[in-house]
Amino acid sequence: MDFERIERSARLRKRVGTGVLYALLTVWAVIVLFPFYWMLLTSVKSYGAYNSEWVPKLYTTAPTLENYGTAFTAVPLGGYFVNTILFTLGTTALMLVVTVLAAFAFSRLRFRGRDLVFTGFLALMMIPGELVVITNFVTITNWDLRNTFLGLILPSVTSVFYIYLLRENFAQVPDELYYAAKVDGTSDLKYLFKVMIPICRPTIITVTILKVIECWNSYVWPRLITDDQAYFLVSNGIQEIRENGFGRENIPAMMAAVVVISAPLIVLFLVFRRKIMAGVARGGTKG
Amino acid sequence: MEKQNRKGWLYLLPALVFLGLFLVYPLVDVMIYSLEEGFNFASQTHRGVGLGNFSYVLRDPYFLQAVKNTFILVIITVPVSTGLALLISLGLSSIRKLRELYQTVYFLPYVTNTLAVGLVFMILFKKTPYSDGLANLVLSWFGAGPVDFIDGPYWAKMLVLCVYTVWIVMPFKILILTSALASVNPVYYSAARIDGTPKWRVFTRITLPMISPTVFYLVITGFIGAFKAYSDAVALFGVDLNAAGMNTIVGYVYDMLYGDSGGYPSYASAAAMILFAIVLTITCINLLVSRKHVHYS
Repeated sequence: MDFERIERSARLRKRVGTGVLYALLTVWAVIVLFPFYWMLLTSVKSYGAYNSEWVPKLYTTAPTLENYGTAFTAVPLGGYFVNTILFTLGTTALMLVVTVLAAFAFSRLRFRGRDLVFTGFLALMMIPGELVVITNFVTITNWDLRNTFLGLILPSVTSVFYIYLLRENFAQVPDELYYAAKVDGTSDLKYLFKVMIPICRPTIITVTILKVIECWNSYVWPRLITDDQAYFLVSNGIQEIRENGFGRENIPAMMAAVVVISAPLIVLFLVFRRKIMAGVARGGTKG
Repeated sequence: MEKQNRKGWLYLLPALVFLGLFLVYPLVDVMIYSLEEGFNFASQTHRGVGLGNFSYVLRDPYFLQAVKNTFILVIITVPVSTGLALLISLGLSSIRKLRELYQTVYFLPYVTNTLAVGLVFMILFKKTPYSDGLANLVLSWFGAGPVDFIDGPYWAKMLVLCVYTVWIVMPFKILILTSALASVNPVYYSAARIDGTPKWRVFTRITLPMISPTVFYLVITGFIGAFKAYSDAVALFGVDLNAAGMNTIVGYVYDMLYGDSGGYPSYASAAAMILFAIVLTITCINLLVSRKHVHYS
């Protein structure tokens, strides 16, 4: 038994172990990526080629972009897109105003009943959205706001969790800054915009991105509140395409639509990767 | 001081208006709805007050099917996804090279549109007159016959729903577990190495107790999330989930509210209250169980 041989075999065993580990991790990466690959691949197969494949091919020799043309002309995909962008912008902007003001009140201003209200807000975080959708549906219907942007946006604005997240961040800004500003005669609103918001910009960006993702993916509320195609968001558009669009058989065109709908969020994710992951790790959940 | 008071409430006003109108009021209202029997949407009147809506819902075969589907989904996907995420995170935290790349890839499903990618899963599993689909191609390599996963037997549809649900919820779990693993104090591992502790023992005696609060958090949110499953099922099987026999409790609520079978907010409210009660009960049971097994430092 010589020492060197033992050491060599131990090193070998370790290297094999690492290899197996990487292989297993790669397997999961492939499982995650495959649906994305498949939708890209199918979207560039021509209609004829796709339907003649009894055994689906894992590649294509004649990629085509005609499906993307079909996706935009045969169904109002562009309209769905514009609607979703308007809905996302409107909801996120309103959410930011509401959230920033509330977080500022909770973290900096002193007034009677503040802590009680804040506890109430925390309790509201536990209410599942499914429970309140029913009444909101009735409310919006009674207000005659079905098939309007206002009806889409208003109930989607508030997120107690974001108020909580931002309040925690605002509370970390040292009090001295506030007193210094007060001595200089700065108003509360000016202090909020010139000091608090710039200091807490990372959190505000995180909240914004999380809300954008949420809006882009929202399906249930838009489906309840719109039945006019002119107000469909992309999720509803996809569902509409699945049920009636492209004669139900044109899978490549369907996949082209799916690619177009998925792309903006994936680009957003790749750009703001760290911010999004850090934000979600701090307590975001899906939807 | 009086001026300060008014200012504070002024800043809070927008949030209070939105929350009051769309969260607090509906919460009270849904309880009232669920107790109003024979509610008529058009005339906004009701016949009486009682538990009639609940007994109707609890006897509705569609609701019972939805409850069964939801429970099966929860019981399968929560342990599978949590276990799998734990394994993957352990793997991730023991490599250094390419780690960020893997992390980024694993997180991708989180930022995708559930409906859109569900369509891709449907196509992967669907059997059409023109092709058996990719899933069946893989099955045929193992000599198994073609199965229609989308319009076929119940267990096949349930399998696809579970697979898709796990695929969708993994990113969140992996992310949370990886950061929990990274925050375990390395001193413990060094001490174990000096003692020559075997790897398995390090895992069960150090790693697992240290991250047990996180695992427990994931189990609870996993339960809650899976009980609210809906859009994944819509993506795979279409809007008419009752016809497909794949409805979920949330799906039942929405179907009662709107669509071809809709117009019954009272029944929808009763079903939603039942869902809330189930989720609350399960969460309480989880909390009780965790008292024994979770290590809070």
